[in-house]
Amino acid sequence: MTMRRLLYLIPVIVFGAVGIGLAVGLTRDPGTLPSALLDRPVPAFELPALEGRDGLSSEDLKGRVSLVNVFASWCVPCRVEHPVLMRLAEEGVPIFGINYKDPPDQAKAWLAELGDPFEKIGADRNGRVGIEWGVYGVPETFVVDAEGRIRHRHVGPIQARDLERTLLPILAELRS
Amino acid sequence: MRSWLGATLLAACLLTPAAQAATSPDEILADPVLEERARALSRQLRCLVCQNQSIDDSDAELARDLRQLVRERLLAGDSDAEIIAFLTARYGDFVLLKPPVKPATWGLWFGPLAALLIAGGGIVVFLRRRRPPESASGPLGPEPLSPEERARLEALIGGAPAPDRR
Repeated sequence: MTMRRLLYLIPVIVFGAVGIGLAVGLTRDPGTLPSALLDRPVPAFELPALEGRDGLSSEDLKGRVSLVNVFASWCVPCRVEHPVLMRLAEEGVPIFGINYKDPPDQAKAWLAELGDPFEKIGADRNGRVGIEWGVYGVPETFVVDAEGRIRHRHVGPIQARDLERTLLPILAELRS
Repeated sequence: MRSWLGATLLAACLLTPAAQAATSPDEILADPVLEERARALSRQLRCLVCQNQSIDDSDAELARDLRQLVRERLLAGDSDAEIIAFLTARYGDFVLLKPPVKPATWGLWFGPLAALLIAGGGIVVFLRRRRPPESASGPLGPEPLSPEERARLEALIGGAPAPDRR
């Protein structure tokens, strides 16, 4: 009899498991997609520079742990995360920029106003390199390891919390 | 006459495709066969910005870029499968509105059927077990009194033999 009573518990357990699974799903942000390129080499690309600077190519991303930040002057959340990038650059983290669908003069004015944390910037005028990286919105930030592989993607502005909880630990781990 | 006109208008409204897709005239390919393939592909591809629209339906800039990309690759001679592979390599399976059947998605594709079979089987077993055992007096009737019960009943009602219902 106890065996049969236990059998009746199975639907309750299944229901509970499905309920917990769905509840966890509700807490996740559907806007944040995992990168299909995770742990894969960065896509091969070569982008022209903003005037008076170096351009950016996939070769630049080899040899050091670095961040690749996709930004645009028309992107409001980019303004929010900019101080974080400035702070990281001051701490010596190499940051490369992909300037996404941005008129060069506006991009330059933006950097002049807010500061320039980027070692090199590639101008992606038509967004094709963005598609190569699987970018679907700005800003996006990728952590690239010394072998030139994408190890992490952050969608949306980097906030202090993201920095402490995810980006800095990943950077520290990749460097060690 | 008026009702006939109304019915015709209603039929016309219902039969016309609801909204033209977001594809703008300047994107359309000259070759109608390639254009039809481009439209068919675009309908299968998710707009990653709006997520529940296909790139064929979406006005988002990325959707437009992807529509152009699909058409460029078609013109370059790529097969439909090559174009799908190109996009899933960059955006993952999420870019496909219809998830591919593979071990990771078996639960998604076959889970509902499995749940139906398990629940259906459970209901069948439950209903069969609920049927009273063959020893009962009838298909739905109560079990007859045992000799002890009969004796006790007779004692309670004062010696008169209990009426036998059978």
